Amino acid sequence: MPLHVSIATRAFRRYSTYTAATLAGIFTNCVFGVIVCFVYTAVWDQSPRAGGYDVQDALTYAWLGQAMIMTVAVWGGGSPDDLAERIRSGDVALDFYRPVGILGWYVAADLGRATFHLLTRGIAPTIVGALLFDLRWPSGPITWLAVAASIPLAVLVSFSLRFLVAASGFWILDSQGTKVLAASAAVFFSGLTVPLVLFPGWLQDVAVLLPWATFLQVPADIWLGQRSGLEVLAGLGLQLFWAVALLAGCALVLRTAERKVVVQGG
Amino acid sequence: MAELLLTPLVRYCEIAALWVRASTTYRASFWMLTVGGFLITGVDFVGIWILFHTVHSLGGFSLREVAFLYGGTGLAIAIADLFVGRIERLGSMIRLGRLDTMMVRPVPLLIQVCADEFALRRIARVVQALVVFGWASAYVDWSPGRVAMAASMVVSGSVIFFALFIAFACLQFWTADSAEVANAFTYGGNTLTSYPLTVFPGEVVKALTFVLPLAFVNWYPSLYILGRPDPLGFPAWTQVLSPVVALAMAGIAALVWRTGVRHYRSTGS
Amino acid sequence: MGLIEARGLSRTFTVYKRSGRLNRTRTEVRAVHDLDLAIEPGEMVGYIGPNGAGKSTTIKMLTGILVPTGGHLRVAGVDPSRKRRALAHRIGVVFGQRTTLWWDLPLRDSFELLQKIYRVPSDRFRTNLAEFVELLDLGDLLDTPVRQLSLGQRMRGDITAALLHDPEILYLDEPTIGLDVISKGRLREFLRTLNAERGVTLLLTTHDLQDIEALCRRVIVIDHGTKVFDGALTELHRQGGSTRTLVVDLVDEAPPISVEGATARRVEGPRQWLSFPADASAAPLVAAVAAAYDVADLSIQEPDIEDVIRELYSRS
Repeated sequence: MPLHVSIATRAFRRYSTYTAATLAGIFTNCVFGVIVCFVYTAVWDQSPRAGGYDVQDALTYAWLGQAMIMTVAVWGGGSPDDLAERIRSGDVALDFYRPVGILGWYVAADLGRATFHLLTRGIAPTIVGALLFDLRWPSGPITWLAVAASIPLAVLVSFSLRFLVAASGFWILDSQGTKVLAASAAVFFSGLTVPLVLFPGWLQDVAVLLPWATFLQVPADIWLGQRSGLEVLAGLGLQLFWAVALLAGCALVLRTAERKVVVQGG
Repeated sequence: MAELLLTPLVRYCEIAALWVRASTTYRASFWMLTVGGFLITGVDFVGIWILFHTVHSLGGFSLREVAFLYGGTGLAIAIADLFVGRIERLGSMIRLGRLDTMMVRPVPLLIQVCADEFALRRIARVVQALVVFGWASAYVDWSPGRVAMAASMVVSGSVIFFALFIAFACLQFWTADSAEVANAFTYGGNTLTSYPLTVFPGEVVKALTFVLPLAFVNWYPSLYILGRPDPLGFPAWTQVLSPVVALAMAGIAALVWRTGVRHYRSTGS
Repeated sequence: MGLIEARGLSRTFTVYKRSGRLNRTRTEVRAVHDLDLAIEPGEMVGYIGPNGAGKSTTIKMLTGILVPTGGHLRVAGVDPSRKRRALAHRIGVVFGQRTTLWWDLPLRDSFELLQKIYRVPSDRFRTNLAEFVELLDLGDLLDTPVRQLSLGQRMRGDITAALLHDPEILYLDEPTIGLDVISKGRLREFLRTLNAERGVTLLLTTHDLQDIEALCRRVIVIDHGTKVFDGALTELHRQGGSTRTLVVDLVDEAPPISVEGATARRVEGPRQWLSFPADASAAPLVAAVAAAYDVADLSIQEPDIEDVIRELYSRS
């Protein structure tokens, strides 16, 4: 366990060295946050209860979206990118001979990264958003607690998806294509483009159950109080289910890949 | 004059063509990247389409009118990205010393930077924007004047985004990891102009007219093409100013680029 | 008129250093200061100095990459930073530590890209390529992506790339760094041929005095941005008082060897280190030692460039 803590700490430090990039990123998040707020204001002005949200919910959702982009790495990135590079260069073969499990190593590194991004590119735009607009805050300590539980679960689900995408490189060598496809699915089905609650009919019924829904829609609904009581547990349960199922998928894929790499020599 | 414009263009195409031929991307990856490029901007429009399930107009504009605006700015940034998007990597070219090697070659540096690793798959974004633009155009009441305006809009809009890509990438001559600041203005500007500017406060529109003239990418020409009076009461002649603004922006970008190159410090020993 | 002419050439960098949490202090670093250079067509000049002495900065100014902050500079009659593109046709540059080739492309594609970039006429390109491929033994490597080449192979590719357009001047920045002895030898041989047969002017920066010895009659030494020596290599050795070392492994331990023209500097069991003037021949010394002692092995250590320069600097 101390090993994984130190892996995570190292990942955290690695990202913290790029101060200018972090500030630039926060600035970009804020610009997009403001743009989305004006669009949502126009929508909710005409349709004040759209998707069960009021305008304050919608504006808060806009900033939570900006906060989660880098925290869950909606567009891809984080430690799975390192894996993709090691697969491309062939160095991954060495990883299989290490005494530490590959999956645990990459999970720890990505949690370190996510912590850094949450503290910078998550919190900073939220504060800016709160200064510019009237946002809604979690209603009490229990809601805060549920939000706090929901975010790492979102990171784990997103990590497993990104890891699977990177691992596709074991079979097709270059995983950049899969990465772009996965990113477009993630951007849309996470509710970053528009909240899933606005999706029409059956599209919404399906989208809210997909793993991407756990990136933003689930934590946001807990934050906004759209989910209360048992619904909070159901939301966390969905996140937990996807996290466990996808991590198991990662482990399975790794075992198959190991056989391929170790036996065939790459 | 023709020589001045044509020669760099020819050099660009030669280098780009070699990159296309030498493309090292694996076939499966190439197609996924192309389709992904199409989808990743396409979902933005699907998002707008979903919003219109909730409302009938956005800032007083119908879905087709918004689609026209979206297509106009989308086409402009996609064309700019196709040709000069690589300049985003200026910081890493500096860090890896690749800029040094480009500087000792007889092709204009800007051409080399922009044509480096030219990838045809980025045309997917152009196609995506074109699809939306085409769909919206089918409902426009076209006249010769409007067709001319549409052509001018696409060219001027592309040039304005060209200029933004280049000018903001030049920040990387001073701080290498500032690439993302540019995104706020290029992709941020693209998102902003995908919507009718009536959605935003009047100050924003003024800023987009006088400070960072993104409103000339699609907003003013589209008002003319869609036959709508300016909601903020700007005079009608602002609607024909896009080419002038584009030229001015290109001039500023060229100046910033020259200054950046002369301040270039190279790396390492 | 010289091919390269510099008078009072200077380049300072403004560096911001952190002092305290938020404060930054501004300092001016003089990378190159008041440098005079005059190089004639056809010369082979070694440009040496310790790390950070200003070698690369000079080369970057000569090629137009960096704009000088002071002084006068003409290369082939033009101001490099203002006429960078015109100059590019007349110079070739090899950066030893990084490649000018495209990482993912096979050598052949890189060369073709360069043909287009420099607009080398097809027949000229074909002759040049054939000649360099032959001389540098690149035939089997043309279809290999650059990323898969060894350091030595890549260097040969880089040199070919720098020469395809028939430049008059070739700048080589640490061309032999990291190469094995055989590759170094082959490379030097090639550069000699290039200078002799094509009259290409060579300016090379290096750490390796053997590069200079094999190639350059003239040496320019720079330290802390200022020129400290400009002249023949033999003169450098004389002025710098540099010595070579003969390492002798005797069959048995013995008291310090005493022979004419050398002094024993160190003794460690059967191994002894004898230093002798760098401009003297090693042959008579070796013969003398071999005649007087039972020798198991012999080797010669070249003078360390840093030592020579330190010596030179402390005297001036």
